[in-house]
Amino acid sequence: MTAHRAAVQFTVNGKSLTINVPPMKRLLDVIREDLHLTGAKEGCGEGECGSCSVRMNGELVNSCLVPALQAQGANIQTVEGLALNGKLHPLQEAFLACGGAQCGICTPGMLMAAAQLLENSPHPDISEIREALAGNLCRCTGFIKIFESVVAAAANKPSEPDHEAPHAR
Amino acid sequence: MRGNAQAHDLIAPGSLSAVLELLAAEPGRWTPIAGGTELMVAFSAGRLNSPKLVSLWGIPDLSFIQTHPQSIAIGGASTFLELRKNAVIATELPLLAKAASWIGSVANQTRATLGGNLVNGSPAADSSPALLAYDAEIEMTSVRGSRRIPYSEFHTGYKRNALAADELLFAIHLPRRFAHHKQYLRKVGTRRAMAIAKIALAGTALIEKGVINEIRLGAASLAPFPIRLKQTEGALLGQSISRETVLAARRALLDEVKPIDDIRSTAEYRCHVAANLLEEFLIDLSGEESQK
Repeated sequence: MTAHRAAVQFTVNGKSLTINVPPMKRLLDVIREDLHLTGAKEGCGEGECGSCSVRMNGELVNSCLVPALQAQGANIQTVEGLALNGKLHPLQEAFLACGGAQCGICTPGMLMAAAQLLENSPHPDISEIREALAGNLCRCTGFIKIFESVVAAAANKPSEPDHEAPHAR
Repeated sequence: MRGNAQAHDLIAPGSLSAVLELLAAEPGRWTPIAGGTELMVAFSAGRLNSPKLVSLWGIPDLSFIQTHPQSIAIGGASTFLELRKNAVIATELPLLAKAASWIGSVANQTRATLGGNLVNGSPAADSSPALLAYDAEIEMTSVRGSRRIPYSEFHTGYKRNALAADELLFAIHLPRRFAHHKQYLRKVGTRRAMAIAKIALAGTALIEKGVINEIRLGAASLAPFPIRLKQTEGALLGQSISRETVLAARRALLDEVKPIDDIRSTAEYRCHVAANLLEEFLIDLSGEESQK
């Protein structure tokens, strides 16, 4: 068994880094163990739950399914890169205001999937939101408050208790 | 996580020719990996039996969608997201665009490749029924050259295919002559996102003067690999659609398919639903005809 390693250079949340890791080490483990960015979570480890979602070269990926070597030269954004200069991203504000986060395990992935959606489609309808978040499983909220959070963030206004909820069915 | 990254080597030569030379030098020793949506799952579970892997990700020669007058060529390492974004596929080959939308979730579609879906060879592969109904061809390449075969001959057994040890799936070729065909694709699964098909059926057909002049049927999860339903097609070719034709086609289908009981469904359910999907397509066809 050879202890093969590769030098992988990439940009994470705007910072250029080079790490020396086994080339098959999962990007998720690199992010959590080598970079100590523990926002992305391991849920299923098989690309089903989305809790390890990050953005790589402007697309959403499950970081548990990306071997480190395939991130060579990539531009990666994790949930830690959403807030700018200490100010929460509008999605993070909306998740807080609308009760879109409960236990928090799915939240980083939900935020990244939602950020991807809003970049492609700034004013998504409910079916777009449902499709964009279909690969992110939440066992607490029942999803409705998460969908409401995305709607609120897209409208760029804080949610009110009696705001008109989108009909998510 | 039970996989051990130290137990596997992965290299990225970066070009198609370099990958092909490697496969030729040590046939069968290197496992190609594209987006990793299958192999990394096996890796995480500690059941990846590939000590040496070679990356196809980001190789431009394998990632393309070329539109020719008579056909479309899709590179083996093109992702399902790229397929979904292509305007020609969306308008002329809508079944393929629809199948691409079924692949896992957004985060899977950005990584999963059409070639990977076929080489992996799941009997339930989402893209297969549409490719069978569109009469796709597979182009395989190696240092020895290229060859093309009908996709319906690509799978040779459960998780087995026509690729030689030194070959890669280079491209999928689709004829551009289905714009006026009646087209059908339906997947039955547990939920809309993420679920693997219990069964899926695709069909393309051309009806002239009330008679079925052309019909192709592709199915998933009805045999050890995705299949064309040629006997069923035979029962329909040259026929007009009547209650008798529908019943004969249902019988031909039930005679032809060999589904199994597994964690997702039962053979009995799959047979029943497959025949119902076929009937739904045929009713669509007859409705289309009566409107003329």
